[in-house]
Amino acid sequence: MQKYSGFGLLRHALTYHENWQRVWRNPKPKKKYDVIIVGGGGHGLATAYYLAKVHNITNVAVVEKGYLGGGNTARNTTIVRSNYLWDEAALLYEHAMKLWEGLSQELNYNLMFSQRGVLNLGHTLQDMRDIHRRVSANRLNGIDSEALDTQGVQEIVPIMDCSANRRYPVLGASWQPRAGVARHDAVAWGFARAADAMGVDLIQQCEVADILTEDGAAIGVETKQHGAIYGDRIGCVVAGNSGVLAKMAGFQLPIESHPLQALVSEPIRPILDTVVMSNHVHGYISQSDKGDLVIGAGIDGYNGYGQRGSYPTVEHTLQAIVEMFPIFSRVRMNRQWGGIVDTCPDACPIISDTPVENLFFNCGWGTGGFKATPGSGHVFANTLATGRPNELAKPFSMFRFHNGALIDEHGAAGVAH
Amino acid sequence: MFYIFCPYCDEHREEEEFHPKGQAHLSRPADPDACTDEEWGNFIYFRDNPRGIHHEIWVHAIGCRKFFNVTRDTQSYEILESYRMGSAPRITQLTDKQQS
Ligand SMILES: Cc1cc2nc3c(=O)[nH]c(=O)nc-3n(C[C@H](O)[C@H](O)[C@H](O)COP(=O)(O)OP(=O)(O)OC[C@H]3O[C@@H](n4cnc5c(N)ncnc54)[C@H](O)[C@@H]3O)c2cc1C
Ligand SMILES: [Zn+2]
Repeated sequence: MQKYSGFGLLRHALTYHENWQRVWRNPKPKKKYDVIIVGGGGHGLATAYYLAKVHNITNVAVVEKGYLGGGNTARNTTIVRSNYLWDEAALLYEHAMKLWEGLSQELNYNLMFSQRGVLNLGHTLQDMRDIHRRVSANRLNGIDSEALDTQGVQEIVPIMDCSANRRYPVLGASWQPRAGVARHDAVAWGFARAADAMGVDLIQQCEVADILTEDGAAIGVETKQHGAIYGDRIGCVVAGNSGVLAKMAGFQLPIESHPLQALVSEPIRPILDTVVMSNHVHGYISQSDKGDLVIGAGIDGYNGYGQRGSYPTVEHTLQAIVEMFPIFSRVRMNRQWGGIVDTCPDACPIISDTPVENLFFNCGWGTGGFKATPGSGHVFANTLATGRPNELAKPFSMFRFHNGALIDEHGAAGVAH
Repeated sequence: MFYIFCPYCDEHREEEEFHPKGQAHLSRPADPDACTDEEWGNFIYFRDNPRGIHHEIWVHAIGCRKFFNVTRDTQSYEILESYRMGSAPRITQLTDKQQS
């Protein structure tokens, strides 16, 4: 793998940047792999990377129906934080946060990980009670988390309307200083490049049409473009399409697929240097390095696979943003798009074995899985390498919806992010 | 923006008047106490979530406030029919024409 550095940039300038090595190969699939990962989003690529790096399993294929990182990985608003309420979720997201903190160096790829802090606003007394409870729980888990009052919020975001006579006054917020944003595409590309360098085959434009089974065990996948590809273990990491893949294997998941939208404004001068989220008025906003305001909406309530959302949802979101930031009322919106998120009834993911032997699913991240990308890949690689979930992954079995051990994160995950 | 036909009001109205309520035609187990945890869990949480034809419940929330069923394609978002609670859908799978 060609190492990226400032010096390399200078050296390549001398040859007009025409001799850069390709970032990954484009191999033809082999007949058989130790592990097949279906879905080349951030989570699938991270899984492949950690399989090779931590478990020394390099005979791995990532099978992607479109292009790498073109699903929700390319469509999210890039918020990274770990201030979840329950121990199981907090430990999983904090595991990811710790991995984020060294990841650009480790992958030798600039992920533009920017720990600019995240505010979760409270607008009612109940919001504030929930915030105090969550902040305390975070601290017990060693996660940086503070509760701020109105004044504290106003100091961090001077342009927000924190006056008392708003319809939804800002009473305070939870504040996680280590939280922030990262460049979504770079995360997929960085993991892809490093996995490819260790021998993982990244197979794009290859759609899985069926899961091949024998005696109740998965033995491979049938693809539209390259026929059957066999594997000892199969991991599905297909986000909004998880229900479709589960159906191929003959079972249901407790998951529904919904459109989730985001939009960006025209680029403006730097004005917002942190991330602001509000469950109550339901909107969230940050500013990209390019200058555009990055705004996330809520899900559309109906099931959908159309990768686009409805206009009423956009309208409601912008009402929320203008409620918080009247100063943005005349900023024009530039682009709007949707992704298909896999929502789970308790707002927590599924990292699990399934009714089919040798077939594993990592899904249900819904509106908030980008932040977990490295952690999700790390624990799922362990599941695929050993056939069993480790301590971090164990609570996230799909069978919790049979035994009742749900992890209700609707509070911490209340706003789609 | 969906334009949804309410089979009780007998009129098309805008999406904003309605709320979607998930998969239709789920029958509550006749004797819940006799269910295994698995059967009960399946009833409460596990759904078809198809990419294609979906029978789903909607409520005319700021209209007549009645619940009814809709058959909709979750990929094209085309609404194929609305029908009253208790009746069966006419359209149950994609016809050849729609599939092509
Ligand atoms: C608008 C929006 C905003 C969001 N904002 C945030 C945020 O601020 N913070 C946060 O943490 N999370 C956020 N999320 C959620 C986050 O994007 C996802 O949870 C995360 O990116 C999921 O990653 P993934 O790799 O599992 O899925 P994806 O990136 O969707 O990858 C799945 C891949 O599987 C492929 N695939 C599907 N079916 C098949 C098949 N049959 N054969 C082969 N390949 C297949 C797809 O093409 C796709 O590339 C947001 C999501 C959206 C849509
Ligand atoms: Zn009506």
